[in-house]
Amino acid sequence: MKAGTNKLRQLSVLGTGLAISFAAASTSAQSMRDVEAIAKDRGLTNADLIAAAKTYLPSGEKDDYLMFASGGHAGQIFVVGLPSMRLLRSIAVFTPEPWQGWGYGVGNEILKEGFPNGKSNLWGDTHHPALSETNGDYDGQFVFINDKINARVAVVDLRDWETKQIVKNPLTLSDHGGTFVTPNTEYIIEGGQYAVPWGSEYAPISEYKEKYKGSVTLWKFDRNRGRIDKDQSFAIELPPYWQDLSDAGKLASDGYFFMNSLNTELATGGIQDKKPPFEAGASRNATDFLHIIDWRKAEQVYKAGKVEQIKGFPVITLETALAEGLLHVTPEPRSPHGVDVAPKGDFIVVSGKLDPHVTIYSMDKIKRAIADKTFSGKDEFGVPILDFDSVVEARIEVGLGPLHTQFGPDGYAYTSLYLDSAVARWTMGGSYGSGTPEPDWTLVHKTPVHYNVGHIAVAEGDTVSPDGNYLVALNKWSVDRFYPTGPLLPQNLQLVDISEDGTKMPVIYDMPMGVGEPHYAQIVKADKLNPWTTYPEVGWDPHAQNINPMATKPKMERVQRNDDGTVDIFMTAIRSHFNPEHVNLKQGDVVRWHITNTERAVDATHGFAVPMYNITASLEPGEAVTIEFVADTPGTFPFYCSEFCSALHLEMMGYLMVEPE
Amino acid sequence: MASLLDSILGPRVHPLEASKHSMRYGTPGFLLLVARVLLLVSLFLPYWHMELQAPQYPDGLHMTAHLNALSGDVAEIDGLNHYIGMRSLYEAAEIERMVGVFVMIAFVVMLELAAYIHTRWAVILVVPVVFFPVVFLLDLHLWMKHFGLNLDPHAPLSNAVKPFVPTAMGKGGIGQFVTIATPGAGLILASVVSFVLILALFFHRRAYLPLIKQQKSMGSASA
Repeated sequence: MKAGTNKLRQLSVLGTGLAISFAAASTSAQSMRDVEAIAKDRGLTNADLIAAAKTYLPSGEKDDYLMFASGGHAGQIFVVGLPSMRLLRSIAVFTPEPWQGWGYGVGNEILKEGFPNGKSNLWGDTHHPALSETNGDYDGQFVFINDKINARVAVVDLRDWETKQIVKNPLTLSDHGGTFVTPNTEYIIEGGQYAVPWGSEYAPISEYKEKYKGSVTLWKFDRNRGRIDKDQSFAIELPPYWQDLSDAGKLASDGYFFMNSLNTELATGGIQDKKPPFEAGASRNATDFLHIIDWRKAEQVYKAGKVEQIKGFPVITLETALAEGLLHVTPEPRSPHGVDVAPKGDFIVVSGKLDPHVTIYSMDKIKRAIADKTFSGKDEFGVPILDFDSVVEARIEVGLGPLHTQFGPDGYAYTSLYLDSAVARWTMGGSYGSGTPEPDWTLVHKTPVHYNVGHIAVAEGDTVSPDGNYLVALNKWSVDRFYPTGPLLPQNLQLVDISEDGTKMPVIYDMPMGVGEPHYAQIVKADKLNPWTTYPEVGWDPHAQNINPMATKPKMERVQRNDDGTVDIFMTAIRSHFNPEHVNLKQGDVVRWHITNTERAVDATHGFAVPMYNITASLEPGEAVTIEFVADTPGTFPFYCSEFCSALHLEMMGYLMVEPE
Repeated sequence: MASLLDSILGPRVHPLEASKHSMRYGTPGFLLLVARVLLLVSLFLPYWHMELQAPQYPDGLHMTAHLNALSGDVAEIDGLNHYIGMRSLYEAAEIERMVGVFVMIAFVVMLELAAYIHTRWAVILVVPVVFFPVVFLLDLHLWMKHFGLNLDPHAPLSNAVKPFVPTAMGKGGIGQFVTIATPGAGLILASVVSFVLILALFFHRRAYLPLIKQQKSMGSASA
């Protein structure tokens, strides 16, 4: 009996063990029942689970798309992966950035190029990134971006994701209308915004109409050199209308570009003197002017030398532009923001913030009106005004505060509605009409976004072949979407799934952006880029994109005192040491410190940081940098590698000893 | 002099006899030819691979040795080895890498000669080639041992890592690294050559030993 009980007990123990091991097996297998349990526990709906499934990327999986977003006040470019909406990189452009050493050891000369009038200016208000294009499609080679506050344009090379050039516009001081590229990146269009006298010289505002100028600059891009060629660039004078966003024509509209304007009233403000403020004065007229500019003809006029040198820069004057027939305008809904060219180049979509419609112009009709001189008159500067009714194709009421339009692959267009805090989907007509189940030129759906959406970006949605799939709403306000981060709240970048037809376009991800206000973004298929993971060879100068002959080679490390009293320090960095580790200088020495990271392993980046001297540099594998400074502060300075490069990272240091005079 | 050469070269086969027994007399020569071709091909193939696996190198680090060159992530492996005070791999087997190709050419010439020698002298020309793969591995092992046991005592991690003998073939480990050494196609081919050469010697003996015996008996008969 006793033995029997024992046996029974043993059996039951065995049984429990089996049950436990079964439970363990089912946990490791993980079923949809577990997903349901978690969803119930966290209060997630089926829609939430679907959104998560559409956006979640397991560790090591890579995003399908890359979004290059302006960094707003950060003066940088932010790169975000889609659909995961993870921030992958910031690219330092106009603002010093310590991690990349930008402005603290590397890139100083490039930042200096962009100083307005040589005066230090170390931030930018980046607005509109433009990926380089070939035949109207992103080619993944370069990205350009403007700085609205100082009218500057930067060139970023997408091999190493580093800024290569900053050009300062000599004529104007704000450039909201940049950057947009022509279909083969022949030119980077930089439209001005707030009118100022040429070169921002002094002129009283009472002389607004005579002295203040509008303009657009066409920067010639030299793809082989990866630089803007200032000597082949030119500008066109425009009426002081506060030209705004622009877009280059393509295919049917190739050779043209389009610009909005928002102060055709020529308002000069003056609220302090009880005059109408700009917000009222500049939106008095029912319409503003869409500018239509023939850039191929303008290029011929420039090459023929019919320009005036203003501030050392060739300008096609308004007079010449009119005489040569380069410029036409047509009325557009007032206070416009976006002007967006449809994929085939045949339609131009304009939204006026104070008009609930999108207005669609036909390029065919514009060309005919120009040829037939179907003018409804001329403006006060003599610019011919194309008759509105002769050039408009359609108007669609989409909602309040329409701003920007992007396009899908199937005949849908999407417009951001700032006041409605929504994204509208509407159907195109003409040759696009057959792509959608709904009738042409009709509003299909509005998806609420949170909140106050500015630009939107559809995957490749401003190219000749939009991808669709995803749309990102770049919302200005997040209000209640995230944990309140004090009174300064992050922006909210919302991912919208637009892969299905009709009314199905749900928001599937909210990404807080707490480092600046991204204005515009472009989304490119990730496989179009071909970035380097290490510099091609050891001793690489990213500025020249070539081997630097001065780069320190292994076994050539030394401190070299030159006859002219300057000192060259030739240093290498490799896990886990700098060589040399002792650098003796004399107070007042003019120093050129050449450091090569001789690593070839992916991600083996070293930092180089010197205390008291405001120096930090990022040395990516193979990179060679030269840091110049005057050893004006005597003392003992431990310099070190500021990247946790290896287990002996803390030991990767050395002493700079500056002997007092 | 001529008789010495004759005694090394051994008996010649009459063309009529050769065509009558083409298999018998053709096989050793054919196998020696195959061995020469395979040896030459192996020159262009890697002899040895080493893979190092560690968490921070998801694709691993790879090193490949041809008879005359080291390639792959050698610089990176050297960089890591400096922590334990191991000398640069480029300093290993320098002479071997320098003469490797010439040794191979010499082997080919030796096998060529062996095809004309119908006495046991042929064995002397063939045997070095037979043992070549073994000698290669032994040399590799000795270099590994030499490098692993002679670590720089002033290296950053010399307190943490004791001298060790890296594994020349198969799985080993050091620190967070798992090392996997495998033979390359060249070494495999050289081993096939060894086998082919043993076969060749067998058929060589079967073809020519009777002739030599016959010659000897004829010689003693005439004496």
